[in-house]
Amino acid sequence: MVDEGRGCSDGSGVDCEEAVRQLYVYLDGELTEQRREKISLHLDECGPCAGAADFEAELRVIISKRCKDRVPDTLIQRVAAAIAQERARQQDGS
Amino acid sequence: MAGQERFAELAMEHMPALYTAALRMTRNPADAEDLVQETYLKAYRAFGSFTEGTNLRAWLYRILTNTYINAYRASKRRPEMTDVEDVEDLYLYRRLGPLDGVGQSAEEEALRGFTDEEVKAAIESLPDSFRIAVLLADVEGFSYKEIAAITDVPIGTVMSRIHRGRRALQKALHEFAEARGLVAAGPASS
Repeated sequence: MVDEGRGCSDGSGVDCEEAVRQLYVYLDGELTEQRREKISLHLDECGPCAGAADFEAELRVIISKRCKDRVPDTLIQRVAAAIAQERARQQDGS
Repeated sequence: MAGQERFAELAMEHMPALYTAALRMTRNPADAEDLVQETYLKAYRAFGSFTEGTNLRAWLYRILTNTYINAYRASKRRPEMTDVEDVEDLYLYRRLGPLDGVGQSAEEEALRGFTDEEVKAAIESLPDSFRIAVLLADVEGFSYKEIAAITDVPIGTVMSRIHRGRRALQKALHEFAEARGLVAAGPASS
């Protein structure tokens, strides 16, 4: 388990609590370069936090993969027909 | 300035992603189809104001999201929850993650055990603003800045909604795992 109460002495200046708090922003690629490097260094040195980061990253992949739906062919036809009708309407009006 | 004759060529390829998002927003296929059709019609009419070469996908999602919020949400019969409960960090990891004597593979297996229906239902259980933020970030892969532009909210609010929404999503997923007997019910042992 990630122990948020205890900092690891890894030289990054980042403890587990901070690493966990910033984990989403880190995985989203939205940290500044300097912050990203510090969290990255902590994850290199801290097994439990690295495990948590891998888990969160894997979960993200699963969510994205499990969430696809096939567009019904009828919808593609419906939208194409609606646009064609709109185009004709515009041309009639011009 | 983009010519309308180029609309179909550029915009139609985004329909699968938009339809998926519309399904998660409206939670039913008939409304999702109407929402996608309305989005494409609005986009076609407004295509002259779109600058070709800028992010068409984000522009289409902005129209989809606004259309959903203005039309479909307003017409919904049941009152919508507007907030999620606060769920702790790493909720699922602390419950499905490596336990004594169990390796990394067991945890990945537990994650892979979630079905399409469970993941979709877990996302659909989130209140609108959180559902849309998580959907745009984790299913569609937009950046915080893009999501702020799509949903018209400050970036700090976007981050808060994504992060809190993800934690609530983990709790919803955990309930499915519990129901399938994948994990023991009750609080995680520490």
